[in-house]
Amino acid sequence: MFCCGGCAAAKGLIAELGLDAYYTRRQTMGASGRPASDADAIPVGPFVRSEADQAHLDLMVDGLECGACAWLIEAALARDPALEHARVNLSQRRLALTWRGPAEIGERLAGIVRRLGYAVAPFDAERLAATVDAEERDLLRSLGVAGFAAANVMLLSVSVWSGAIGEMGPATRDLLHWVSALIALPAIVYAIRPFARSAFAALAAGRTNMDVPITIGVTLASAVSLFDTWRSESHAYFDSAITLLFFLLIGRYLDRRARGQARSAVAHVAALAARSATVVDADGRTRIVRPSEVAAGVTVLVAAGERIPVDGRVASGASDLDTALVTGESLPRRVSVGDPVHAGMVNLTRSIQVIAERTGESTLLAEISRLLAAAESGRSRFVALADRVARSYAPVVHLAALTTFLGWILVADAGWHPALSAAVAVLIITCPCALALAVPVVQVVASGRLFRQGILLKSPTALERLAAARAIVFDKTGTLTVGRPELIAGNAIADLSLAAGMAQASRHPLSRALVRACPSAPAVDGVTEHPGEGLSAGGIRLGSARFVGADRAGADWHGPELWLAQPGMPPVQFRFDDPLRADAAETVSRLSAMGYRMALVSGDRPDVVARVASAVGIEDWSAEVGPQGKAAAIANLQINAPTVMIGDGINDAPALAQASASMAPAAAADVSRTAADAVFQGDRLRPVAEILEVARASDRLVRQNLGLALAYNLLAVPLAVLGFVTPLVAAIAMSSSSLLVVGNALRLGRR
Amino acid sequence: MSGLLYLIPVALCLGLVGLVGFLWSLRTGQFDDLDGAATRILFDDVGYTKETER
Repeated sequence: MFCCGGCAAAKGLIAELGLDAYYTRRQTMGASGRPASDADAIPVGPFVRSEADQAHLDLMVDGLECGACAWLIEAALARDPALEHARVNLSQRRLALTWRGPAEIGERLAGIVRRLGYAVAPFDAERLAATVDAEERDLLRSLGVAGFAAANVMLLSVSVWSGAIGEMGPATRDLLHWVSALIALPAIVYAIRPFARSAFAALAAGRTNMDVPITIGVTLASAVSLFDTWRSESHAYFDSAITLLFFLLIGRYLDRRARGQARSAVAHVAALAARSATVVDADGRTRIVRPSEVAAGVTVLVAAGERIPVDGRVASGASDLDTALVTGESLPRRVSVGDPVHAGMVNLTRSIQVIAERTGESTLLAEISRLLAAAESGRSRFVALADRVARSYAPVVHLAALTTFLGWILVADAGWHPALSAAVAVLIITCPCALALAVPVVQVVASGRLFRQGILLKSPTALERLAAARAIVFDKTGTLTVGRPELIAGNAIADLSLAAGMAQASRHPLSRALVRACPSAPAVDGVTEHPGEGLSAGGIRLGSARFVGADRAGADWHGPELWLAQPGMPPVQFRFDDPLRADAAETVSRLSAMGYRMALVSGDRPDVVARVASAVGIEDWSAEVGPQGKAAAIANLQINAPTVMIGDGINDAPALAQASASMAPAAAADVSRTAADAVFQGDRLRPVAEILEVARASDRLVRQNLGLALAYNLLAVPLAVLGFVTPLVAAIAMSSSSLLVVGNALRLGRR
Repeated sequence: MSGLLYLIPVALCLGLVGLVGFLWSLRTGQFDDLDGAATRILFDDVGYTKETER
């Protein structure tokens, strides 16, 4: 059974290409991946890069779930004779295409992927890659160099340490120290750059950060060790210095990658949200542009099934608009010449022309953007726990090292050399290896676990803010419910088949629901659509009660309905309902067991909202609330408890930005997906509970890790101050504390 | 102890080979899609790309 014609077509295409193996290879049975309607597709032409006779194109792919998806896409594309190379990047959910021939082939190749059921969107790969990857790669290269040097220097150091117990002569020891210096010093110069850069930037700005003691510590340790090697002393800290950099670089790289993943999730969401607008010029010709390029006063053509790209007024034509994403209403609204329309509404029945009115400050999108900006500036003040710890930790480290140095000279009356050695030992021991790993490792493990379940984290601090939340506010349409009407069973098969056959000609959501309920119905010929009223074919009519002449007096049904009238027979009623997500009630009770206060805030009518609220078990609900009202409701709740907002409509966007943290389903309006911290895929509500559980668990682990790191410092610093920390002790202390922290973080990934 | 004179350079060279290998794999993009690589290894048959079909 298929939910729509598109899915059936995708199955057909898969079978036709002989790729049935796909079904045995799928690891997940996600309900996502319905073929996107072609009407929303973005032309890929402008993004094709041509060189000689080859053309390249990069696409964002939505709905990739496991390796089988990657295999299916590549295998299906490989059947195309023009294709030279196709490669899916599963980590970044991107597809790189290379083919021989003209740029137009790109449209055909993108069409193949679309018909398999994945939404694709072109993006400017070069611009995106240049900024994101350069720094990450530099860190990874530094990490490789530091790792190589650390391993080799450690090899030599172990020889020295074991030789000290046995009978190694001073000449051999010095030789090994010199070789260590030869390996370590160039590597240190290379690998310290990321830290030195950030330390100098901080000092230049008159601040101090964690990189300042790191840079001072490593530089001093190397210098003192070089001096000691030259004077043929028995200890050198080359291994500590380079191993320290190695561990710190691991933490820095993971942190960078978590940020990079968040940023690529943002780019992913943004690229998929991009739409096109068809502008009608004065001479009647049409051209396709990006919505942001449409000026006020320009006429835009919106075909049936397309999303309206701009705010404006209807200039000609009449149609029904699906306003669910804009206002939260579940039923379409009828518009004709002169009626205002908003970007994000979907034109259902007939093509209309819209005059853009983007300059007005009173347009809905402008107002929502203003609310968004105000709410987001409030959130940007949030400082991550790790940064707060580092901020207070750095001065303490400096103070401890300085006190040690002065203490040795003044109190113990030692020379500058042992005093400096002790100070260097303090800097090395306090260097925040464990601290630097404590947060990023947890973040990487957590976001990896969420990613595997189709959840994109868009903000690196999202987990922390989510973990602090104590209250949850839900939107109704599209969040607790699936956001589209479904037929309530109970009609005769013959009636249903006839109605579904007629409905195939229409894009009205109620018509689509009829087709979904009876996909095998034979199509009826000669169907005419009357916007806002219904369909007719000969004497048969399908539509509102008034349109078919049915008597609604005494009817007890207040939800969406359609009537079917055939000549000589009493009219038949079809009832529809926007069903709850299958696991909505279960998820709500799970969340309430976790101790969250929950509320339902909707723009829909009170009777509908009350019914949904009681069905899922939320007591606190309010209806007919506008965008501003939703944001205000969140602000009100936040006085008592940090609040998570979950919503999908444009009218939810200000509330999403206002909330301490927010989530949106993948089918949400563009602006909402942009405002949300996390985007989840699929037809279920379970990811909401999953995200919150992972957020709480990772918050627990981060705190444990910070505790472990601090406890280690409390234990080791006194030893360093007193001068008991030899290179051997430093190596053992550093590695064991780092391993402890990483091991603790990995507990989150199991399950 | 004279063994050190060639053992240390040999150890260093082996380490360098590893380092160069790492930098090479980084440059050729083998770290770009770790999730994909993990599952790709399980699918060894028909048409990935034109290259494998030939």
